[in-house]
Amino acid sequence: MAAVRSMNKMYGVCFHAARQTAGLKASRLLQHRAFRVGAVRQQQPFDSTLEKPQFPGASAEFVDHLEFIQPNVISGIPVYRVMDRQGNIINPSQDPQLSKETVLNFYQKMTMLNTMDRILYESQRQGRISFYMTNYGEEGTHIGSAAALDPSDIVFGQYREAGVLMYRGFPLDLFMAQCYANADDLGKGRQMPVHYGSKDLNFVTISSPLATQIPQAAGAAYAVKRENMNRAVICYFGEGAASEGDAHAGFNFSATLECPLIFFCRNNGYAISTPTNEQYRGDGIAARGPGYGMMSIRVDGNDVFAVYNATKEARRRAVAENQPFLIEAMTYRIGHHSTSDDSSAYRSVDEVNYWDKQDHPISRLRHYMTARSWWSEDDERTWRKQSRKMVMEAFERAEKRLKPNPELMFTDVYQEVTPLLSKQRDSMWKHVQQYKEHYPLDLYDK
Amino acid sequence: MAAAARFLIRGANSKLSISGIGTGAQSSFGVTLLKLSPSCNSRTKTQRRHASHFTFQPDPVPTQYGPTQKMNLFQSVTSALDNTLASDPTAVIFGEDVAFGGVFRCTVGLRDKYGKDRVFNTPLCEQGIVGFGIGVAVAGATAIAEIQFADYIYPAFDQIVNEAAKYRYRSGNLFDCGNLTIRAPWGCVGHGSLYHSQSPEAFFAHCPGIKVVIPRSPVQAKGLLLSCIADQNPCIFFEPKILYRAAVEQVPVEAYTVPLSQAEILQEGSDVTLVAWGTQIHVMREVANMAQEKLGVSCELIDLQTILPWDVETVCKSVVKTGRLLISHEAPVTGGFAAEISSTVQEECFLNLEAPISRVCGYDTPFPHIFEPFYIPDKWKCFDAIKRMINY
Repeated sequence: MAAVRSMNKMYGVCFHAARQTAGLKASRLLQHRAFRVGAVRQQQPFDSTLEKPQFPGASAEFVDHLEFIQPNVISGIPVYRVMDRQGNIINPSQDPQLSKETVLNFYQKMTMLNTMDRILYESQRQGRISFYMTNYGEEGTHIGSAAALDPSDIVFGQYREAGVLMYRGFPLDLFMAQCYANADDLGKGRQMPVHYGSKDLNFVTISSPLATQIPQAAGAAYAVKRENMNRAVICYFGEGAASEGDAHAGFNFSATLECPLIFFCRNNGYAISTPTNEQYRGDGIAARGPGYGMMSIRVDGNDVFAVYNATKEARRRAVAENQPFLIEAMTYRIGHHSTSDDSSAYRSVDEVNYWDKQDHPISRLRHYMTARSWWSEDDERTWRKQSRKMVMEAFERAEKRLKPNPELMFTDVYQEVTPLLSKQRDSMWKHVQQYKEHYPLDLYDK
Repeated sequence: MAAAARFLIRGANSKLSISGIGTGAQSSFGVTLLKLSPSCNSRTKTQRRHASHFTFQPDPVPTQYGPTQKMNLFQSVTSALDNTLASDPTAVIFGEDVAFGGVFRCTVGLRDKYGKDRVFNTPLCEQGIVGFGIGVAVAGATAIAEIQFADYIYPAFDQIVNEAAKYRYRSGNLFDCGNLTIRAPWGCVGHGSLYHSQSPEAFFAHCPGIKVVIPRSPVQAKGLLLSCIADQNPCIFFEPKILYRAAVEQVPVEAYTVPLSQAEILQEGSDVTLVAWGTQIHVMREVANMAQEKLGVSCELIDLQTILPWDVETVCKSVVKTGRLLISHEAPVTGGFAAEISSTVQEECFLNLEAPISRVCGYDTPFPHIFEPFYIPDKWKCFDAIKRMINY
């Protein structure tokens, strides 16, 4: 209810006043929320003597002049940032003041991801793996948000969040194993590259259909809320996936069912070739949040500290107040959509270069570090060599490894192998034995 | 039996009388009009509602599961859900309108008994209901999702087919949603028409990774539903809505399970194998009697129960013995599940067949309203099919 009132005002002229009142309402909401588990909102008792609407569906005032609400997309929800494009802190109170060790780890994880991306992209070009998707330009969204979570928080991703997994400690060998679909792949070779998953790291295995994870994240958050063990759920998706019906379903369910959930939208400007002005006409994704009664914010996704601060606070409140938070991280997809895409077909090289050179999460963090003398040219050179070596060694190991045994084609369809599948499996082996010269058996584990 | 024909509004809440819905002074107006009109005094031929196409046949009282209580089908579902919520603290039930008891009364009393956090309404969004249910299951809790009518399950098709069914396989068994059960009212009801009568099991039969289960009676419903809930694979449980009130049996009060993927031979016979599921079992029971009395033909009746994965062995064993097979379902014949059974049986039992396999199913039309008596695979159509098979 409060959110609807503040949305009405946000679409008017005085945005600052709206933000202030929204802030006050937020603190009142804090008192209301505690542990509400789908409590029925009490309707006001009917009183037709009052000149106030009595409709159950909305608690607004009457108005006697006809005026359509104008969606405000010119000056919409502002973008929260901590550093400028050169990596200087703008408002010192917003510097999370993380330790040198933590910040160095951020930097090393972002650059390691970048290095792994370069090598695996190239390996697809050379026909060594079948497919790849890079994360160029979005490293800040991954590392900043992952660092703000607890390791026990459940992550539902889309496909461009490898940095979250890397931050949590997923080894290079297992990234490679999945991309090569070799016998070490935790996924048993069943999915295309970059469809990572890790039970130990609470990272739910990626699937190709877009936005399907969004209502699932709401369900997981609900279950986690009932467990009452201080866990949250985060759900990543792109601005394109946010157009899917599943996104609407997930937002609505998480708000009505009061789930401790962070929706993290990576708005990177493109859904394959579709630019944002063909994806939506409203003020991005953050402006949809209030429509669902959801706390929302827009942040500079290339500012790892802004991402960190927003995610940290959202997580704290999502768990404390059992409500979802929507973070729209503005960023730019520097790479192609995937190895099946050539983005020069729909955008200029100049545009891409701007983001690569003038507003990159890795360079901005490096400037922050060098300004504090935490990182030198020598450190950079040494680290580049070291990280490249680590990636290449994992790569070579993965390439040599056999593929999983074809028996694994028939398991995990159900928890148990059914009689029918057992029959089909036997039939497959019988056939392959008879026609073995036509099947690449030596590439596969025995 | 007649009760099934009298099934009225979506909700079937007998406390609501039609005239009494808050129309104040006008409440008696409609009633008065009807009384005054001469043609409304006696029911003419065109106005008589068609009686039900089957008689529900209760099974003998089960003795091995402890004390029993008289329950209809929706009450047996409530009982299964009650047992589940009592024994499994993670179990939650959700969907449209489940909080007040559900439009078919399957969840009556559960919210009061187990709490608002365990039995709750969701917004009106089937893709959300199933997606949410998958997430609950992935997080380790038992999720029981209700879709208000099987006819409305299609928005959730992507979540069911692309996500639920494939969760375990695609993650290499790191993650699964085996704790998910989806329930939906299913099948013809006398006047349901296009969107309150569908039997969509064939769409899901084509999807490896899920299980599809359809009970014929209250005792079976409770046992099969409890099996679905316990089963560590995502299950879809279709409940024949025409049986919700019409089917009454003595049902064990305690929890018990009926195994999945095990077809049940309800009566043994030597001349024709009859395969059906859900409501159609009761039609086939009558058909078997008619065949015996009028044709001297002995029928073996099999309730398939689990559509996916289905019990190929029991059906084939029976056809090897009888040499003739009739499969019957309300869903349209083309691509209906009878086609899969027929295809597999002819592969496995070709030389044993005395006649082509017969499918008596709905026509390839949407489910019609006023033409329902002509549309459904009634006992006369099935009887006639047996006659033709015997004389082949």
